[in-house]
Amino acid sequence: MSNSLGTDTVSDRQSQGTVRGEGASAPSPRPRVAARRRGRARMRLEITVLSAPAILMFVAFVIFPVILAAYYGFYRWHGYGPATDWVGLNNYKLIFTDPAFQQVLWHNGVILVLSLVIQGPVAIILALLLNQKIRGRSVIRVLIFVPYVISEVIVGTGWSLMLQQNGAVNDLLSHIGLGSLQKDWLADPKLAIWTLMAIISWKYIGFAVILMLAGLQSIPDELFEAAALDGASYWQVQRRITVPLLGPTIRIWGLLSIIGSLQLFDLVYIIWGEYVSGTAGTSTMAIYMVQQGRDAGNYGYGSAVAVVMFLISMVIALIYQRLVLRRDLKGAVTEGAS
Amino acid sequence: MSTSTYLPRSSAARAKKRGSGDAERPHKWGNPITYLVALLFIAACIAPVLYIVVGGFRTNAQISTSPAGLPHPWVFSNYTNVLSSSTFWGEFGNSLVVALACTVGVVVLGLMVSFVLARYDFKLKGAMYSLFAAGLMFPMVIAITPLYIVIKDLGLIDNLAGIIIPEIAFGLPTTIIILVPFLRAIPKELEEAASLDGTSRIGFFVRMVLPLSLPGVATVGILTFIGSWNNYVLPLYILNSQANYTLPLGVQQFSSQYSEDTAKVLAFTSLAMLPALIFFSIFQKRIVGGLTGAVKG
Repeated sequence: MSNSLGTDTVSDRQSQGTVRGEGASAPSPRPRVAARRRGRARMRLEITVLSAPAILMFVAFVIFPVILAAYYGFYRWHGYGPATDWVGLNNYKLIFTDPAFQQVLWHNGVILVLSLVIQGPVAIILALLLNQKIRGRSVIRVLIFVPYVISEVIVGTGWSLMLQQNGAVNDLLSHIGLGSLQKDWLADPKLAIWTLMAIISWKYIGFAVILMLAGLQSIPDELFEAAALDGASYWQVQRRITVPLLGPTIRIWGLLSIIGSLQLFDLVYIIWGEYVSGTAGTSTMAIYMVQQGRDAGNYGYGSAVAVVMFLISMVIALIYQRLVLRRDLKGAVTEGAS
Repeated sequence: MSTSTYLPRSSAARAKKRGSGDAERPHKWGNPITYLVALLFIAACIAPVLYIVVGGFRTNAQISTSPAGLPHPWVFSNYTNVLSSSTFWGEFGNSLVVALACTVGVVVLGLMVSFVLARYDFKLKGAMYSLFAAGLMFPMVIAITPLYIVIKDLGLIDNLAGIIIPEIAFGLPTTIIILVPFLRAIPKELEEAASLDGTSRIGFFVRMVLPLSLPGVATVGILTFIGSWNNYVLPLYILNSQANYTLPLGVQQFSSQYSEDTAKVLAFTSLAMLPALIFFSIFQKRIVGGLTGAVKG
């Protein structure tokens, strides 16, 4: 029973290829149409059953809260009872005129650009290196992913202990004769953002490498063999074949990195805390949101900040999609990567 | 991304290829510079982690006189103290329950919907994919304030379910983005062959797609487990009582409670990261194993 129904779409594609089961035994058009219709219904049922749970879950806990934030953003609301104090666009006006918000916006921008510029090239080169046939490759892979596997809280706790003025980093510097390089890594406003970038790069580059390696796995051997037969050198092969074919992976990584930069919270919150991050110059939009929203009890204002963050992320992501990702999302997977 | 990705190749062909590759290659060990770079990179990745782990074997006096030194003598009391505390094990259990439930939920729901997006043709497909892809732009931190309100209205504040459910929902976009290309890369011919053999689409899903997409599923599963194990902002909002804390909240609470006792904080921190590390290294091998058919020299 199930076979004749299941084959329906396939037979469609085969342009009237022989339909098995009922179709084959009854060549008149009527039963065939009926079978196909039943196949459609079954396909629709399969689609619904398979996708409904994920869609429901996603809409209820991802989309709906964002809509809710848009609603509360128009109110002065302290989190209890229904929101009644409509303030129109006042919250948004306050956000955009608050110098503190302009500051965190700038920090997020710096983090976004530096993350792409630092991590991208390094990750590609490391993935190419680690994709070679070298001894202990799987051990190496496990070890470089360690920072990514560790939680932000632990990374933050560990680094803030090490980077204290009397911490391990400064101690190590004085031991190896570089005592003049000792710095107040966390509190110096000129330095703190670079300290943060170093920690971010250390933490997330393993993820970039994991993605790039997975992308490298999907490039067929035949291409390398053909290039090798044509006498191309290792680096020529990498530059002309591997990196272009890795394009979709690199572009997806770029999007993930951008979104991650825009929502950075945990590391800054753990290492600097919401108040010190302001003076050290590392506070982010998310820190601002938590500080002004939850901790100040202004859930309406916090929601408005959330909406602003969301809109900024969306605009950047849409531009990125238009300019960079368009090819990948248009079935590039089946049509070849470049 | 080609279609011939991770399909198992015949071992004969593989052996032949490997043989010829080795013959052409002058150094079996590869380039020494590669090893040097790899070694430096590994050192940079591991040293800070080792510092945390080793620091747990020192006393506070040792740490304050020589912050970057090695334990002298090695002290085990920090670790044994933490390991014998019910706080640690309670938080450990909570983290484990949440992470496992999330992983199962994300993999099951994600695989189902990715299969639909990858292998069915229907009108709303593009819209559905865009919906989930848009989810990448709704990271949990951005939605945390309204999410807190939704969870509160559901009465799930200070309840592990109040963390598990949103984490599954937020894990779906990444999962779908990763799995759809995997599932799409399975050649059409295989599906047609299966259907000619009388296998239904669902049968094809269970018998062919699931095994072939295992590397993708492993990747997604690992990412979800680790993401959940490490999640901080959601428990920060949802969980109030220490009995329900997950480990990240526990670490933060412990480090502020014992801020004078650095050695103990380091010990607690090391033990808190261990499970995710172990989980990862076990399954990392499995990914590599699953991909050997496609790995090139």
